[in-house]
Amino acid sequence: MTLSFVGEDYLEVRDLAVDFDGFKAISEVNVTFLQGRLHFLIGPNGAGKTTLVDALTGLVRGTGEAMFRQHDLLQMKSHEIVRLGVGRTFQTATVFEQLSVLQNLDIAAGLHRSAGRLLLARRRVPESVQQALETIGLTALAHRPAGILAHGQKQWLEVGMLLVQDAKVMFLDETVAGMSAQEREETGELLRRIVGDRTIVVIEHDMEFMRTYADYVTVMHGGRMLAEGTVAEIQADPQVQSVYLGTVTEVALDG
Amino acid sequence: MTVTTVAEATAVPDANEVAAGAPSRFSPSRLFSDYGGLIGIAVLAVVLLVWAPSSLSTFRLGNLGKYCTWAIAGVGIGLAWGRGGMLVMGQGVFFGLGSYAMAMHLKLESAGAGNVPDFMVLYGDGTMPRWWEPFRSGPFTLFAIVALPAVVSFLLGYAILKRRVKGAYFAILTQALTVAFATLLIATIKQTGGFNGLNTFSTFFGQNLYDPDVKKDLYLITAGLLILFLVVVWQLYRSRYGELLVATRDAEERIRFLGYDPANIKLVAFVVAAVMASVGGAMFAPIAGIISPSNVDATASIMLVAGVALGGRASLLGPALGAIAVGFGQSSLSEQFPTQWTYFQGALFIVVVLLLPGGITSLSSRLKAVLPRRKVAV
Ligand SMILES: Nc1ncnc2c1ncn2[C@@H]1O[C@H](COP(=O)(O)OP(=O)(O)OP(=O)(O)O)[C@@H](O)[C@H]1O
Ligand SMILES: [Mg+2]
Repeated sequence: MTLSFVGEDYLEVRDLAVDFDGFKAISEVNVTFLQGRLHFLIGPNGAGKTTLVDALTGLVRGTGEAMFRQHDLLQMKSHEIVRLGVGRTFQTATVFEQLSVLQNLDIAAGLHRSAGRLLLARRRVPESVQQALETIGLTALAHRPAGILAHGQKQWLEVGMLLVQDAKVMFLDETVAGMSAQEREETGELLRRIVGDRTIVVIEHDMEFMRTYADYVTVMHGGRMLAEGTVAEIQADPQVQSVYLGTVTEVALDG
Repeated sequence: MTVTTVAEATAVPDANEVAAGAPSRFSPSRLFSDYGGLIGIAVLAVVLLVWAPSSLSTFRLGNLGKYCTWAIAGVGIGLAWGRGGMLVMGQGVFFGLGSYAMAMHLKLESAGAGNVPDFMVLYGDGTMPRWWEPFRSGPFTLFAIVALPAVVSFLLGYAILKRRVKGAYFAILTQALTVAFATLLIATIKQTGGFNGLNTFSTFFGQNLYDPDVKKDLYLITAGLLILFLVVVWQLYRSRYGELLVATRDAEERIRFLGYDPANIKLVAFVVAAVMASVGGAMFAPIAGIISPSNVDATASIMLVAGVALGGRASLLGPALGAIAVGFGQSSLSEQFPTQWTYFQGALFIVVVLLLPGGITSLSSRLKAVLPRRKVAV
């Protein structure tokens, strides 16, 4: 682990477990998401990646502890977690299709607005929205309904919505899945541009994408942490190799 | 290559779109549709406030005034149901709070200072419950007409919406409330006039209710309130809150991840709708000359919703126009077919919701969507 990445705003997860009516979807998860890096979360289907994010964003109840800015996220409601600065996207894009790109961003930017100002019509595009539009490259499509966007553009819009929310921690659930090689590259560059002092957690299956853009990688398997480290470290890890070659899973679990 | 260039390459040129860096304003077409609503309200205002009083007889004007009280409640239902996705089947409760509050005041006004309303002598021992006393005051009554439904709907809405009750469960719950409310009224004959309700009012804030000019003024106040509330929802619909409400209706869970509690957003619409229903009810009592449980029960609540469904629940003017149309239908048809009307009204609600969810006001855009396709086929 490279020490230069250590920042002040980190999210520390301790002994996290999620139980679905007796089925332990994840257990004994200990992981720290540090500031300023693209932290990839990988693992086979059903490894518990989405469940981990669900637990950290109030969508499912988890036990353990997840501290961010002196708050335990596991005790908070989804909208409170967002207001604290932890945002996420979903495996399937969930932009408001009838609303324009601009309106989508504007709604996302609204959480810092007072109730009184909500009752007014929008007169001009807020600065943060304009900036986000440029960052995600959708300025020219600002007034188009989000429903007509291509798959990749919808995902960028979601990232833009996190930007205007000013999310300090972003969980991106399979954002580049289904994108063309070109779009992936653009997304990777976009993430590099915005990471700054943020913590960006990228859930991904595409190993090529991970190798290119990951600063740090956590591997999950069967609801547990299997390994973590730099790309080189986890690639050299025999347990990870066995999981991804689809063999000796039992051994991997025991280790 | 950067993301920006790709997005620009795929962009369809559009005169309305702002170029990057240009002063960012909303497109002219959007502005027009915003103010188009205001033009519609203005047309309705001319019809209701200028044409109707000069052309209709006092009797017909009174009827139109009654429909307008339902339309006021309908505007609120349009907000809560059309934009907020809450099928409010119990607006009779709030309509009733306003109309009973007003009727109590009118009863006390008719009885005169120090006296108790006639029915309390007739059915009871001639003593008045203490909670009637404040309604002797006109200002208090006006305050109660707004505050009472606001407090009740806030408490109810908080309890229901924070528990994430929605869809059919929400509809059934609110319908049950109105059934309970009407049952309570019927059971308390000594306090509320029971099944007969409250009637025979002689004055309205000192004005003789039998005077045609006073009747006309009542109508004008009601129609004016309707126009006022239409302007209120027009502003709400074009505000950021309006967008948020629609977004909540369409994707409640997603809204949480934008940092909003959907329950709070819906609660605002629910409370505003309740206050509007109450104000409508308050004007109903003096115009109709009576308020009884049958005006606020489940059937009455369904009638309110049916009008909104017919007119187009999510549109600006649809709920008001639909409520007026259903009121008109009720008066003209119920005279000839008193029992069938209720069935007709129920059937109307079902048919509209199933076949024309956007109501009558959506017909033109629907036709527009269908017609060009036909041409292509030919
Ligand atoms: N609501 C739920 N109820 C019961 N089991 C669930 C629920 N959600 C997820 N699971 C189970 O929990 C396990 C972890 O699922 P999860 O969706 O977190 O995996 P994932 O790593 O995100 O997989 P993928 O790569 O396919 O998205 C799976 O076995 C899944 O079937
Ligand atoms: Mg997943």
